[in-house]
Amino acid sequence: MTRPDTTETQQSVRLTIDGAPVEVRPGATLLEACRQMGTDVPTLCYLETLTPVNVCRICVVEVERNRTLVPACSRIAEENMVVKTDSERVRHSRKMILEFLGSSVDLSAAEDEVEDWMRQYQAEPDRYGPQSAPSAAGERDRRHPGHHGEVNGRTAEGVHQPTKVDNTLYVRDYSRCILCYKCVEACGIDAQGTYAIAVAGRGFDARISTEMDLPLGDGACVFCGNCIGVCPTGALMFRSEWELRQAEMWDPDAQEVTRTVCSYCGVGCNLELHTQDNRIVKVTSPQDHDVTSGHLCIKGRFGYDYVQNLGDVDRSSIDEVLAKARRPAPE
Amino acid sequence: MDLRFTDAQPTAAEREAVDSVLGPAGVDSHQRVRTASNLRIFATGMQSVSDRRHLLLPALETVQSEIGWVSEGALMHICRELSVPPAEAWGVATFYSLISVDPSPPVVLHICDDIVCRRAGALELMEGLESNGRTPDARWLPSPCLGQCDRAPAAYVQRAGEDDEVLVSINPETRPMGPDGSILSTNGQTDTVAVPQAGEPHLRLLRRVGTVDPGSLDSYLEAGGYRALEKAVEMGPAAVVAEVKASGLRGRGGAAFPAWIKWEAVANSPEQVRYLICNADESEPGTFKDRVLMEDDPFSVIEAMTISGLAVGARQGYLYIRGEYPLATRRLRSAIHQARRAGLLGESTTRGFSFDIDLRRGQGAYICGEETALMNSIEGLRGEPRNKPPFPTDSGLFGKPTVINNVETLCNVLDIVTDGGNSFASSGTPQSTGPKLFCLSGSVRRPGTYEVEFGATLGDLIALAGGLPEGRRLRAVLLGGAAGSFVLPDLLEMPLTFEAASEAGISLGSGVIMAFDQHTDFGDILARIAAFFRDETCGQCVPCRVGTVRVEEALARIRRDPQPGDSKLIEEIDLAMRDASICGLGHTAAIALRSALELGLLE
Ligand SMILES: Cc1cc2nc3c(=O)[nH]c(=O)nc-3n(C[C@H](O)[C@H](O)[C@H](O)COP(=O)(O)O)c2cc1C
Ligand code: SF4
Ligand code: SF4
Ligand code: SF4
Ligand code: FES
Ligand code: FES
Repeated sequence: MTRPDTTETQQSVRLTIDGAPVEVRPGATLLEACRQMGTDVPTLCYLETLTPVNVCRICVVEVERNRTLVPACSRIAEENMVVKTDSERVRHSRKMILEFLGSSVDLSAAEDEVEDWMRQYQAEPDRYGPQSAPSAAGERDRRHPGHHGEVNGRTAEGVHQPTKVDNTLYVRDYSRCILCYKCVEACGIDAQGTYAIAVAGRGFDARISTEMDLPLGDGACVFCGNCIGVCPTGALMFRSEWELRQAEMWDPDAQEVTRTVCSYCGVGCNLELHTQDNRIVKVTSPQDHDVTSGHLCIKGRFGYDYVQNLGDVDRSSIDEVLAKARRPAPE
Repeated sequence: MDLRFTDAQPTAAEREAVDSVLGPAGVDSHQRVRTASNLRIFATGMQSVSDRRHLLLPALETVQSEIGWVSEGALMHICRELSVPPAEAWGVATFYSLISVDPSPPVVLHICDDIVCRRAGALELMEGLESNGRTPDARWLPSPCLGQCDRAPAAYVQRAGEDDEVLVSINPETRPMGPDGSILSTNGQTDTVAVPQAGEPHLRLLRRVGTVDPGSLDSYLEAGGYRALEKAVEMGPAAVVAEVKASGLRGRGGAAFPAWIKWEAVANSPEQVRYLICNADESEPGTFKDRVLMEDDPFSVIEAMTISGLAVGARQGYLYIRGEYPLATRRLRSAIHQARRAGLLGESTTRGFSFDIDLRRGQGAYICGEETALMNSIEGLRGEPRNKPPFPTDSGLFGKPTVINNVETLCNVLDIVTDGGNSFASSGTPQSTGPKLFCLSGSVRRPGTYEVEFGATLGDLIALAGGLPEGRRLRAVLLGGAAGSFVLPDLLEMPLTFEAASEAGISLGSGVIMAFDQHTDFGDILARIAAFFRDETCGQCVPCRVGTVRVEEALARIRRDPQPGDSKLIEEIDLAMRDASICGLGHTAAIALRSALELGLLE
């Protein structure tokens, strides 16, 4: 059994990463150590503001005298550790993980780095065969653990399914879900304390779910949108963004981001208003903002309609689309 | 923080079932329910934990067994009583294959179609049931190995409001489910244990099997029971740990880790609250040895746990047993009850210290045998393994230092205390000391649990089990279970010791020896193994959650039209699963497959 050599009294921990010595604060993770020396380590399920769940495993690195690779995002640096972040083994595991995700999940709206990593690690998600047909709405939510249907290997099974559109504020497209647990953490212990969603089911059928797969509005959700803020793949999306994407009008290049302070209460949350054609299409908060850590409440996140209540004047095509987002269910 | 519940209410029967576990709704329950202001949170990463959260699984299990399924009303009642967020309780309930969140008929058969049973007629049995049609009163589901491979084919029967049971040696010609849904257990025996060696004088772990009455403490005492505990009390905790160290005892649950290292770490911990766990989840396909000990000598398990608790300074022990072992569960519960009444368990026992045991039933999840998943399962969380470090000896159950050992590992402690660690170490080989149980199944004349001293060869064990039936030739052996590897008859001379196995690059695992003859369809068996891992992965980490699916798909292609690319692909997936997965399930999921492909068993 290996145990950290670090003691409380120690000032710093010295280790070697890719051949270079580095000194970090006691308790620092390998990820922190890597970042400190400017070494890139990809992460998907890690976020500074959330407790590491270390489930995506994209951040694995090789540590001497460890039988397996270790997750950099949660492994604490130990004195004299010898770490390799770009060995053959590391590259292989990262490539396979990217292929596993790319062959089972729709990553087209994921953070930009994902595509870069796909190239960097020469991932070929297509080599597992064509994607399996999407499952019917709600079918994955009813799967019982312990057995599954016939497998013929002609297609690569994925998590594709229809988007859950059950409210006017945001949609859940679990075809894009990599099960990074970030939304669960943001909704629960790490930020919101609401516990409206959790992981349900088991194995490949595991999914993010409300109790009994209820529509969001019927469960505990308070629509703070914090889950949207942390989702790395676009599985959780403002209804406005989703409607614009459906209409093929979503255009990040044409968007402006304006930083402002939320005017609903005196806390002083910073908001980033994303506007396209002078219409607010989504609201975020900077993750490094010390008041919010990126988290907001329903008012700051979704209560922007009043600033753009245009009445009948000046309605353009974007307003037609955004109007759809105010209907409980899509037509 | 306010928890929000739906308005669904339990039926009277559901309420009664829940309250039988949680106690009647208390006076403060309303308050606790609405605001959860008294919700004590201790960080576990991502879930909220109230101080009674650990009762979640027992409550779900009781509703399942009394009512036959867990309705929204029952779930909400449990959530209100325990201050558990409904979404999390839903996440837990849907994790286990024995819990149904959909309306279910009162009788559900879980028919084993795993490696041994499917070769012993389970598939024909299921076909027959299918053509019989499904009835409103009963249904059946395929099940992974039920730990009855020596009496295949087997089925586990859940009955709402009645005792569940296991049917073994089912004649595939019979229809255990009558057209009216009744279960005809005509030839399915239910509670005989086949231990072919029973009564032989050299036995140590199995010596009481068939000679004591498993239901009677007096019978156990007459056979010398509880003398080891008496001696352990005289020796004191440190001396017991020293004897275990001298004995060289290594874990029998699969990882072969020296027991004393864990014991010493916890015994020396500055933390005062410590736990002992007996891992009785026994779900590795082909494994049924712990069942024999628990069914036929339950008091020895309880006594061994008590000694271990004394040695490491734990006042509370947990015995986590797989749900599909109803007979062992009943006997252990009775043994715990009798031991408590006799003052051998509980607050300040007659032996002058306090130790008690809580029995917890798993609900159908192989992964809950992994030690940290098991701890999460007890705590009322999803049975997802934790990342290590920290190790359980530092931060285990409820975040406290914890020793977890396999049933067989613990049972060895009785002789170690009685005869001394050195005496124990003088049997077996230097690296593999003491006796070992092996589970023989498949193509052998007398399948069963066999005890040998470490050092016996694979050939010796197959001979003990009567060799292969007339006209059958040994083609391959699956050693160590689905997480183990296939070997060819050229290894018959290999001693089954930890050192010889590791030299050969294989693992003894949990002691599985599954023999296959020349008529075996290995493609079918490999497909079942691949399906097993896909079904049983917790799904937490990407390499294992998706890797197990991709392996199964690649194997399906190989079976149809072998291409070198697919074998290569399985190797690549295996490498990533071994390197990047969180736990042993992912690390071992493709090993058996790869060994079979490398040995050419598919050709
Ligand atoms: C997927 C998986 C399943 C396991 N199942 C069991 C089991 O059913 N029983 C058991 O004793 N150990 C099981 N183990 C091993 C435990 O994690 C642990 O090593 C063991 O309980 C330690 O006890 P021992 O040292 O006495 O063997 C399993 C491990 C893995 C990875
Ligand atoms: S919107 Fe807020 S409350 Fe609702 S699920 Fe997301 S994080 Fe939880
Ligand atoms: S919905 Fe998004 S944040 Fe939540 S688990 Fe899926 S990918 Fe992660
Ligand atoms: S390796 Fe498999 S079983 Fe283990 S934690 Fe990862 S997904 Fe779960
Ligand atoms: S970022 Fe480390 S495991 Fe996901
Ligand atoms: S009981 Fe069926 S294979 Fe083990």
